Amino acid sequence: MIGGQRDENPAGIHLPLDPLPGHTSRGRLERVLRRGEFAVTTELNPPDSADPEDVYNRAKIFDGWVDAINAVDASGANCHMSSVGICALLTRMGYAPIMQIACRDKNRIAIQGDVLGGAAMGVANMLCLTGDGVQAGDQPGAKPVFDLDCMSLLETCRIMRDNGKFLSGRKLTTPPQLFLGAAINPFAPPIDFRPHRLGKKIAAGAQFVQSQYCFDVPMFRTYMQKVRDLGYTEQCFILVGVGPLASAKTAKWIRSNVPGIHIPDSVIKRLEGAQDQKKEGKQLCIDIINEVKEISGVSGVHVMAYRQEEYVAEIVDESGVLKGRQPWKREIRHDDQMVADRLEHILHDDITETQVDMVKTAH
Amino acid sequence: MSETQPAVTQATLVKKAAPKSDYKPADVSPQRRVQRSFAVRLWSVRHSRLLEWFYARFADMFLLLHPLWKGLGYGRVEGPVKFVEKRVKGFMFDCRMCGQCILSSTGMSCPMNCPKQLRNGPCGGVRANGNCEVEPDMPCVWVKAWEGSQNMVHSDRILTVQKPVDQSLRETSAWLRVTAQAAAAREAAAAAKNGAANTGASA
Repeated sequence: MIGGQRDENPAGIHLPLDPLPGHTSRGRLERVLRRGEFAVTTELNPPDSADPEDVYNRAKIFDGWVDAINAVDASGANCHMSSVGICALLTRMGYAPIMQIACRDKNRIAIQGDVLGGAAMGVANMLCLTGDGVQAGDQPGAKPVFDLDCMSLLETCRIMRDNGKFLSGRKLTTPPQLFLGAAINPFAPPIDFRPHRLGKKIAAGAQFVQSQYCFDVPMFRTYMQKVRDLGYTEQCFILVGVGPLASAKTAKWIRSNVPGIHIPDSVIKRLEGAQDQKKEGKQLCIDIINEVKEISGVSGVHVMAYRQEEYVAEIVDESGVLKGRQPWKREIRHDDQMVADRLEHILHDDITETQVDMVKTAH
Repeated sequence: MSETQPAVTQATLVKKAAPKSDYKPADVSPQRRVQRSFAVRLWSVRHSRLLEWFYARFADMFLLLHPLWKGLGYGRVEGPVKFVEKRVKGFMFDCRMCGQCILSSTGMSCPMNCPKQLRNGPCGGVRANGNCEVEPDMPCVWVKAWEGSQNMVHSDRILTVQKPVDQSLRETSAWLRVTAQAAAAREAAAAAKNGAANTGASA
């Protein structure tokens, strides 16, 4: 089949989709979620290079398996290619990136500029984060900014979108069309406050949230119960963070060194008891997906497979969350075919023309 | 009771607590951090209800003194009031003088002591024991804020979304600013009432 995928602009894959009533963005992720389909998102491991091919190769392994790709903003306070840069590359090729914005590195002036720039490049989804402290990363001597926090950042983006104004009140000529996201961590203290904090994020503008790694399903279930009781599941799409653990040793390391990730002993015991720990880690991830997808109010999963990105397709496939649906995938389109038909010869012809020859043939 | 235990000196404590990097959050050296005490700050959070009651009276009193502040000039009293406010709140809450105090909405736990200066709730990095991700020995400001707010009469104030900090108000007196605003609001309300009464009389 040539062209004509469901969520694609017929005029070009890099262009925004037609606006739909009730939608605030012109992106694919919002369409998938609002149609009530189970969404799958993932995270691109940002390269430490200036080569665009690195980004494209890393995005390619997700083709046809995910609805959106998170472009992380120096996650863990480690320096990588910026989220704006990754988004610029991905939108060119028609992918649906989720641009992460962390408050650690930029003040409100830089952030509002990036929101406009990202939206102009065709980024439809933005995820507002506080960001890890600089002590966690490779450059602990950096100055932490934290001018806004995730909540005021969400509100800033919402004001820009809905009121068409900067935080200062100055008018925008064209407001950005965005689907706003936030992060939740139901597994860190104060546990009673966490559902209310989601409510605050919704009040500030969050339309979807992605959770921290979920390894403790019973704990997540109690959280969701509270969230449903408060009525937040009708106002916000909740995507559960999942991911494969490479081994029991990694799990232990993550537990003691990465703040905010809660891994219960039972998980570590299960990994330790396995013959092939890597395979067991993947199976554990699939089992967790199968459990959380049944919880009412869960709209999708966010698969974070850091340095195991090749497993994302297998995990999504084996858990069967897509139910046969195929997310958007780059395919040969009608116009690509036209270009190929007319210009294919340049790949094969071996003509080296000098300017002198060109002048001669012109006469 | 006379078991011989290895002597724990200050140096051992510092060595144990010192991070492996040179990073010093909030300019506090490892030596200072070990000696630092959060006792007063935590006392304030535990007695948040009492302090809430006290502050309400105190704010009323400040508002009563509005003619005095106005007579002397708000600009002129700023210095002395700030001097007192900085010391009192510095002792009670480890106040950082952001100039836009929201202690009543945060369970009497000052959010500017959070290394990320979050004003809307805890980040996702809170440790399982309720301590801070950045400063492992400090109880998370927001875990304490939630505890404190639940003791207070206005326990739902913690749920309002706070605006970003206006950095231009740093090192100014929040007491005087709140009083001036309250007085202005009161005058505006009185003017509106008078206006309404006048239009009512003329009609």
